[in-house]
Amino acid sequence: MSTIDVSLEVAVLSMRRIGKSFLGVRVLSDVDLDAQAGEVHAVVGENGAGKSTLMKILAGVHAPDSGTISIAGSPVTFRHPLDAQRAGVAIIYQELTLLPERSVAENVFLGREPLRRGLVDRAAMERETSRLLLELGESSFGARDLVGRLSVAQQQVVEIVKALSVDARIIVMDEPTASLAEHEVELLYDLVRRLRERGVAILYISHRMREIFDLSQQVTVLKDGVRVATRATAEVTQGELVSLMVGRELSHYYPPRAGPEETGEVLLSIRGCGNAKLRDIDLELRAGEITGVAGLQGSGRTELAKAVFGAEPFTHGEMTPLRPRSVREAIAAGIGLVTEDRKAEGLALRQSVGDNALLVARAVRRGAAARVRELLDRVRLAPPDPDREVRYLSGGNQQKVVLAKWMTVSPKVLIFDEPTRGVDVGAKAAIHELVRELAREGMAVLMISSELPELIGMSDRILVLREGRLVGELPAGSSEEAIMHLAAAEEAA
Amino acid sequence: MKYAIFVVLALLLAAIAVANPFILEPAGFLAFVKRAAPLVILAAGQYFVIVSGEFDLSVGSLVTVEVVVAARLIDGNEAATWPVLALLIALGLLVGLVNGVVTALLRVPSFITTLGMMLILSGAVFLWTGGAPRGALSQSFRVFGRDTLWAVLITLAVGAAAVLLTRATYGRTLIATGDNERAAALSGVRVARARILAFVISGLAAAIAGIMLGGFAGVSAQVGQGLEFSAITAVVLGGVALGGGRGSVVAAMGGALTLEAMFTLLNLYGISGALEYTVQGVIIVAAVAAGAVQLPRLFITPRKGDAHAS
Repeated sequence: MSTIDVSLEVAVLSMRRIGKSFLGVRVLSDVDLDAQAGEVHAVVGENGAGKSTLMKILAGVHAPDSGTISIAGSPVTFRHPLDAQRAGVAIIYQELTLLPERSVAENVFLGREPLRRGLVDRAAMERETSRLLLELGESSFGARDLVGRLSVAQQQVVEIVKALSVDARIIVMDEPTASLAEHEVELLYDLVRRLRERGVAILYISHRMREIFDLSQQVTVLKDGVRVATRATAEVTQGELVSLMVGRELSHYYPPRAGPEETGEVLLSIRGCGNAKLRDIDLELRAGEITGVAGLQGSGRTELAKAVFGAEPFTHGEMTPLRPRSVREAIAAGIGLVTEDRKAEGLALRQSVGDNALLVARAVRRGAAARVRELLDRVRLAPPDPDREVRYLSGGNQQKVVLAKWMTVSPKVLIFDEPTRGVDVGAKAAIHELVRELAREGMAVLMISSELPELIGMSDRILVLREGRLVGELPAGSSEEAIMHLAAAEEAA
Repeated sequence: MKYAIFVVLALLLAAIAVANPFILEPAGFLAFVKRAAPLVILAAGQYFVIVSGEFDLSVGSLVTVEVVVAARLIDGNEAATWPVLALLIALGLLVGLVNGVVTALLRVPSFITTLGMMLILSGAVFLWTGGAPRGALSQSFRVFGRDTLWAVLITLAVGAAAVLLTRATYGRTLIATGDNERAAALSGVRVARARILAFVISGLAAAIAGIMLGGFAGVSAQVGQGLEFSAITAVVLGGVALGGGRGSVVAAMGGALTLEAMFTLLNLYGISGALEYTVQGVIIVAAVAAGAVQLPRLFITPRKGDAHAS
């Protein structure tokens, strides 16, 4: 493997005026992005800003509708991820893609094993892997170790070795610290520095301000598919960066919030609860109130929902009326959860609307069969046909069926995890109306969302989660900046 | 579409009638139903297991065990008939319970659990009988499988019970579990309990089928051989998806009648009975392949959220 001439002048990667639409929805418009050898270029933006799509275009997963990509000055067209790999682009995804039962060397050379007389040359594989590990200064594990026994941080090193073994000159790291423990983050920092010394250009996608400022030389901010700014990291403050990422008009109408007279008694109270993912959770949910929860990816948003709902229960702390140890206990106590992943966790897709709507009622033997039609009207399912299989419904209508499912047992507390994910704009407004309506009728609502406009538009107060803790409470109508500051700020900032 | 299997059944019966018009007469048709009865009942039981996403391979051996145990315990004594019947039912329930608990609570794949149970039961029968079953069934025992009226009535009763069960709360939650276990569990369904009960139902069906086959086919150590595959073939033929969550019990029972009609037709045209296994093999593979062809559509449906996932 040849070493690459470290020259800060040459743009290894140059993406120009990249545009992309999905199903008529514009996801990227005229985005420019450059990367220099030996430099870390951070790419930041909210959920939906277009970071992932831009990276997938670079990886050859999606073809751009318009624009050009040049690598080391010569234009390239990627029709397939393999084209990108051959051109020296490697992506380290958030979800690692290694085979746990194979050795490090086998993973590094998966699909392109060196051969000797028609058989796999293990010795050569292990030799080359060991050499690369050594060059990266990694001595905590060897080429023969099983990947499944390594920590997540070590597995990231394996991914990077894999990238280097194919001469990657551009490495994209997508939220690399999201699944790392605190002490592992330091190891990652070291690794990134060594990659820089090798002259690799790194595109670093992260929400975390500290990492961006610790590691990157350049930062590009995307918002709603447009490049807002590219700056030298040293010349920008955290506050400026957050303002660049957010600060947008609310794009649709939200139902009016609860007045003070509408907020009633405490229906659920959590004191000092925690489990492996969450710490010191204090929370009170009141009748009539929508409590929003904000937090970055990996902050414990979904874990909080599942803990309160008894699916991944709290292991300690106090909760009234009770701390559920199972889903059934939670349902019996009047708690419901509208899950984040509707298709995997919310619905039995090949069953009818009616069967899905009655699932909870049947599971806990509380009859509601006679009311199904009434409920489907109530959630404004169009058409309110109980016999259709739910898989043929739009995302919005599916979500209404999930709502109907919970309404059959009239929970006192309903948790929404990403209530409008994958739902079109029209159905979004309808679901927002319904959530508010339920609150107005005396339900306590806990709403978790990564869409800040939704959170701000709907919540009567907003709690912010960071690293498994509730770190602050903001009043209704707080700004995106205020939320992002709390959610992204590190202790030091 | 859901009941397309009955069109196939009608065509097969018509083909049988060409060579043997007797089948269209009430007596002939009822005799056909009597012959099919054990398989129809096994298919009904197997339906509950398959729709929950599992298999029960132990029912063939269980049928053999039921018959062999009955013959030895009754040994021609009329007075022993009813206590032994109760014991046989209990035995079927117990085997189902063990299958269910091992699968649902110990999380052993049902394919392995029930394959193991099949071998255990086969071995136990061999050990107990030394290869040649002893004893004899009583007349009052044999009437259930031999007398056409009894056989048809039992089949109708089992069929009605199965239909009612699939429409009841239990059946709906079981099917939802087979479709999406995670969603069912997060809706408060007791997923493990529902599956265990499905195996118990299958065990009960095997006990009933065993009682009827003892009367119909007599006592032998081979009486239940291959019935687990016939039952699974019948269920699949009825359009019930392996993997769970889809299909009706009526169509599963229709599948059993259709399979029996196919065997009859093969017999009628003088084709070797040995070909029955081949026919079943072709049906299982073809039915599952036909089902699999539709699967990829689920995966290529554009998901609107994708573009925004970060």
